[in-house]
Amino acid sequence: MGRFSKAHSSKTDMSKIVKLKKGFDINLVGKAKQELADFAPAQTFAIKPTDFIGLQRPKVLVNEGDTVKAGTPILIDKALDQVMYAAPVSGKIVEVKRGDRRKLLEISILADATIDHEQLGAVNIASLDRDALAAKLAASGVWPNIIQRPYGIVANPTDTPKSIFISAFDTHPLAPDYAFALQGQEKYLQAGIEALAKLTSGKVHLNVDGSKPTPSVFADLKGAQVNKFSGPHPAGNVGVQIHHLDPMNKGEIAWTVSPYGLAQIGKLILEGVYDASKIIAVTGSELTKAAYVKTYMGASVSTFVKGNLNSGHVRVISGNVLTGEKISLEGFLGFYHNQITVIPEGDYYEFMGWAKPTTRLSYHRALGLLSFLTPNKEFVMDSNGRGEERAFVQTGVFESVTPMDILPVYLLKAIMAEDFDEIEELGIYEIVEEDLALCEFVDVSKHPVQELVRKGIELIQYS
Amino acid sequence: MKFLRDLLDKQKPLFEKGGKLESLYYAFEAGETFMFSPKHTTGIKGAQVKDAIDLKRMMITVVIAMIPCLLFGMYNTGHQHLLATGGTAGLWENFGEKLGTGAFLVLPIVLVAYAAGGMVEAIFAIVRKHPINEGFLVTGMLIPLVVPATTPLWQVALATVFAVVIAKEVFGGTGMNVLNVAMTARAFLYFAYPAQISGDQVWTYLGDKMPVDGFSGATALSVVYNAGVDGTQSAVEALASHNTALGSGLYEFTNLFIGWIPGSIGETSTLMALVGALILIGTGVASWKIIFSGFAGAYIMGFVMNLFSVNEYMSLPPQYHWVMGGLAFGIVFMATDPVSAAQTEVGKWIYGLLIGMLTVIIRVTNPAYPEGIMLAVLFMNVFAPLIDYYVVKANKTRRLQRATV
Repeated sequence: MGRFSKAHSSKTDMSKIVKLKKGFDINLVGKAKQELADFAPAQTFAIKPTDFIGLQRPKVLVNEGDTVKAGTPILIDKALDQVMYAAPVSGKIVEVKRGDRRKLLEISILADATIDHEQLGAVNIASLDRDALAAKLAASGVWPNIIQRPYGIVANPTDTPKSIFISAFDTHPLAPDYAFALQGQEKYLQAGIEALAKLTSGKVHLNVDGSKPTPSVFADLKGAQVNKFSGPHPAGNVGVQIHHLDPMNKGEIAWTVSPYGLAQIGKLILEGVYDASKIIAVTGSELTKAAYVKTYMGASVSTFVKGNLNSGHVRVISGNVLTGEKISLEGFLGFYHNQITVIPEGDYYEFMGWAKPTTRLSYHRALGLLSFLTPNKEFVMDSNGRGEERAFVQTGVFESVTPMDILPVYLLKAIMAEDFDEIEELGIYEIVEEDLALCEFVDVSKHPVQELVRKGIELIQYS
Repeated sequence: MKFLRDLLDKQKPLFEKGGKLESLYYAFEAGETFMFSPKHTTGIKGAQVKDAIDLKRMMITVVIAMIPCLLFGMYNTGHQHLLATGGTAGLWENFGEKLGTGAFLVLPIVLVAYAAGGMVEAIFAIVRKHPINEGFLVTGMLIPLVVPATTPLWQVALATVFAVVIAKEVFGGTGMNVLNVAMTARAFLYFAYPAQISGDQVWTYLGDKMPVDGFSGATALSVVYNAGVDGTQSAVEALASHNTALGSGLYEFTNLFIGWIPGSIGETSTLMALVGALILIGTGVASWKIIFSGFAGAYIMGFVMNLFSVNEYMSLPPQYHWVMGGLAFGIVFMATDPVSAAQTEVGKWIYGLLIGMLTVIIRVTNPAYPEGIMLAVLFMNVFAPLIDYYVVKANKTRRLQRATV
């Protein structure tokens, strides 16, 4: 750990306790109530190849009109063709949507009333060797839940990672509470950990929120090293956690899995089906009812949002406000997203907007920014860009929201200059977009930080 | 404000691509975004919401932090004028007249600096096709505060143009410059027109009046320097007995601290600089590390000088360095310019400390430059990237060592 990162950790029985100070919590209005809403169920579901970063040569395995079961492979990457991308639900392929230059955008499925699963056969972990287990998972549809560091791409089943990391809490704005969303999934999570343990040469790390008692769904899991992280966002980001547990060095490979993915893997192991059902959080200030809803990966969000709006001009986001993606009212939930957020659209001019005192949320305290006086307030934030892009001027701010021994501004400048050596030496292997998402939020000069991070990763990845 | 918005919307197509005045787009844009914060929204991917701050707000915070120095400087300009010409005795007597005289002298300098610099900014923005930089809001205020009220306006304009072009625009504008723009302007004046910005005659505005008998226009720095050369009395005694024609105690510590002394417009008052520092640190706009280590560096070097005490200047109690000349103003407003300062957190400590130390070294040991802060800041501006280089290198090394262990 870096001498200058303001974290102190202590080892107790191998597991680590890490207290982070740097970061910033964005408290928004529209937190999901801990109950399952009775929204009309989503009818259509989609797999969006664009959700899988690094998916280079997508090939669709089905045609419009085909019927599929949940778990039927519908897409592969010709560059990594043992990994199947499977239908989340059973039903009929209604559209294979392509964009410019026939770029594959969406494969959408109209779901059956009752979901029929491909029977893939339960897995006896002990009886399979590592490679056979990896191949089994890769063919089943659950594999894309396993993400490789560096680069944040879908893992290659033939690699053996040095360790596997699971962050058991999400500190993003309005993020779902895993204790609620994954209730009752204990045995699947346990089976998932056992499967992952077989895939790595090192350990499986389960990183829980150290600021509160570990929820029962995670408390009794065995076979993983349990580490406690506490502090403001991004304490829940798995990249930050890796940095403090077993940082990524050049040439190394680690994997990460979200608890949602872990449960899916466990269900495949125990029951032999690809079950893409999940409880997602429907959040945001513009919703009349913000709550959880049970649906499937890639759900069309319209039934959760339409008729549930308290204003007209909104932005629907798949994911959270820091790392999510703007989708339409009829859009689909992203593969890796476990929440939708609905905020006001911010396309308005504001007279002397840069000088007026404002209670809008800011990490800063410059003249007229008053939000620091109300640290516990929940804010309504819209999508306004808040000023124009400029060269870097202010210093020290990115560092103060990045609880890692990384110099974000130097790294970003190296990426802009396409200086490969610098990009590597300054720590590109340790981050993906979400780890510097707060920098993009707090940036006085409004740089597209996450876009730059991806550009830097691709420069190194494909060099 | 709707009519304004409508007016802008009506004119906008003229300046956009394909419009008649396309080449003036960035000038239009600057005006438009000054009046209305833009309506563009965040992209499809990435952060969907943004922090309420922008560069304009940050810059204006610095300008606000300078207002105490500006107001004090205006009043003090008038005060020094009346004091030197025998027009007043008390601090608050002839209040209106002093403020009027000060404003009459200072405001034109401010206007000229803004106009000259703004013009250069606009021309470069149009020719180089980049947005007009907000950085000039700060530079335009800094330059007037570091020149004497007697500076000819054409020199102010020339120095501003020189500094904005040579110190900033040739590097690509705000954010790309190596040197602090305002300090460059002052250095330009210092070396190009020394008669108007150094010596004993320029710091107090006399106008067409005769000074009182026994008046001396020497600054505290040159009084102390001469005490060091003479060696007949201690530096503190020399300060206390200086210019008694204007009343006793002109250069006593408290008076130096508050700033009722001759000097450049905004830099005489350590107190007001500290008020500015409070605003800058409270708002988080300037680095407290640079400010703190800057003052600490000056004190430490003053103390080291005391240890040698070869002459009276070297024996000067270190705290006097804080209140004489432009040290406080320079550290608070110039050294903290984030673009030309060190940009790493460790680097900021070193950078500030060295500015403070260098200032005192130049003051005490160099006969050519009674004031050291200007050169110290510029010197450290040049060295800041080197400091950062080593801090960044240490970061890389930690990463590399981790990999090989």
